[in-house]
Amino acid sequence: MTVPALVEQFQYGLDAPICLTWELTYACNLSCVHCLSSSGRRDPRELSTAECRAVIDELERMQVFYVNIGGGEPTVRPDFWELVDYATAHHVGVKFSTNGVKITPARARQLAASDYVDVQISLDGATAEVNDAVRGAGSYATALRAMENLAAAGFRGFKLSVVITRQNAGQLDAFKAIADRFGAQLRLTRLRPSGRGADVWDELHPTAAQQRQLYDWLVKHGEDVLTGDSFFHLAAYGEPLPGLNLCGAGRVVCLIDPVGDVYACPFAIHDSFLAGSVRDPGGFATVWRESELFTDLRRPQTGGACQSCSAYDSCRGGCMAAKFFTGLPLDGPDPECVKGHGVLALAAVADAPAPRPSGDHSHRTRPVPVTISRRPPDSACNESPLAGFSPGG
Amino acid sequence: MSTDSQLTTESLTPGARAGFEPFDLDRPWRLHPQVSVRPERFGALLYHFGTRRLSFLKSPALLTVVNSLGDAPSARAACLSAGVTEAELPSYATALGTLAASQMIRPREAS
Repeated sequence: MTVPALVEQFQYGLDAPICLTWELTYACNLSCVHCLSSSGRRDPRELSTAECRAVIDELERMQVFYVNIGGGEPTVRPDFWELVDYATAHHVGVKFSTNGVKITPARARQLAASDYVDVQISLDGATAEVNDAVRGAGSYATALRAMENLAAAGFRGFKLSVVITRQNAGQLDAFKAIADRFGAQLRLTRLRPSGRGADVWDELHPTAAQQRQLYDWLVKHGEDVLTGDSFFHLAAYGEPLPGLNLCGAGRVVCLIDPVGDVYACPFAIHDSFLAGSVRDPGGFATVWRESELFTDLRRPQTGGACQSCSAYDSCRGGCMAAKFFTGLPLDGPDPECVKGHGVLALAAVADAPAPRPSGDHSHRTRPVPVTISRRPPDSACNESPLAGFSPGG
Repeated sequence: MSTDSQLTTESLTPGARAGFEPFDLDRPWRLHPQVSVRPERFGALLYHFGTRRLSFLKSPALLTVVNSLGDAPSARAACLSAGVTEAELPSYATALGTLAASQMIRPREAS
C-alpha cells in the first residue's frame, strides 16, 4: 500500500474539488476593514436562484462533499435558506460563514436540527473594543447573540472563526474561552492582504514575534483548534500543523464568486487568478477540469528564490495570494516568511505599486442595514456625470 | 461576514495512527450511513457528514474492501475476497482500525 504521500497527490489536482468556497452575494450589512472580497453592495449580475440551483446540481454530480458559503453576508439573500435546503437535499453539505445578523432563536433551532449544515460565526476580537474596531460598531454584540441562540438551541460544535490580527493575537486564550462557553469549536485563520485587507495589512498583520507565539499556541492545542489550513507557512518553524500543509488553490479548492466567476482561491479575486465562469458553456466542471489557469497550477512548481532554503519542503513558499497582493513574485518567499526572507523581499519591491483587486463592492458611505429584495438591481450605478448624455448631432 | 472563507481540508484525518484498540477483523462491519465515498486515482476520499471529517483510502484495493464490508460476513472475508493476502492483512486491519476510530465504518450485527 505504498503510494506517494497524499500531499503529492493533491499537488497535481483532483477531478473535483474536495470543497469549495462560494460567495453568494457581495451585499453585506457590515463593512469590515479587512474584507477579503471588498463586499458591501450587491452586484446586479448576481447568480439567480435558478442558476444557483444549477450549480448545486453540478456539484452533486461531481461529488463535491461540501461548500463553504460566504459573501458578503450570505444570509441577507432572500433565497439563502432555500438554497441551503436545496444543497443538503442534493448531498452537498453546507458550512456557511455569517456575522450572525440573521441567526434568530427560531433559525438556530432549525439549524440545530440538521446534520448537514454547519455554521461559522465570524468574530475578530475577544472583546467588543478590539472586534468592533475592525468589524464595525455593534458587530461583537451581534455575533455573541447569534452564538447564544445556537447554544440555547443545542447546536454543538459550530465554529467561532477568527482572523488573527496584531490587535487580537494576544487574545487566543480568551477566544478559546468564548468558544468553550458556547460549546463551539475555535477556528483561527490568517489575515490576507486581499480585498480591503490590502489597505490595512501593514497595520493589522501579526508581528514576527506574534507569529511565533501563534505557532506555539496552535501546536499546543493540536486538532482542537481549526485553522482552515491557512498557516502552513508557519510549518517552517519545524513541526507541521495539523491538516494539509499545502496551498490547495485550483488543486483541491477554489472560489465561485457571486456573479459565477471561478477563481483559484477565495483570497485571490483578481483577473490573474480568474479561471472562468459557471455561466460558460460546460459550466463549473469544465472550468475546474480544463481551464488554463488550473492546469497550470497543477504543474510541478519550482521553488524559485526559495529553492535553496532548508524550509522549502515545509512551507512550500507560502501563500500565493499574500505574495501577489503585496507585490511579491509568486515564486519567492511569503511576505510573512518565518525565516525573514519576506521582509527583505518586500523592501526590494517597496517602490512598485502592488496589484489591486479586480472588483470593489465596498459601501461608498457608511454601511446601512440591508434587507435586499428577490430581484437584483437592474444595473450598476453609472456614476459618470455625463451618464445618459449624448451630444446632439 | 466577509472576513473569512473557509479554505480546505482542515479536518483531514492523517493516516494510520497508533493508540487505539486493535481492529476486530472477524466481526461484520459497514460504512457509516452518513459517509460519502468518492473514488480517486490514488484510492478514494471519504467524507463524514456527521463529524465533518475527511479521510482517505490510500489504495484502490482498500476502496474495494470498504465498499464490500456491508455485504461480507466479516472484515477478514471482505479483505480476502478483494485479493488481500494473509501477509497484507495486518496493514489492512490497521487502516480499517483508523476508519473505525474516526467513525467512518461501524460494527454491524451479523445477519
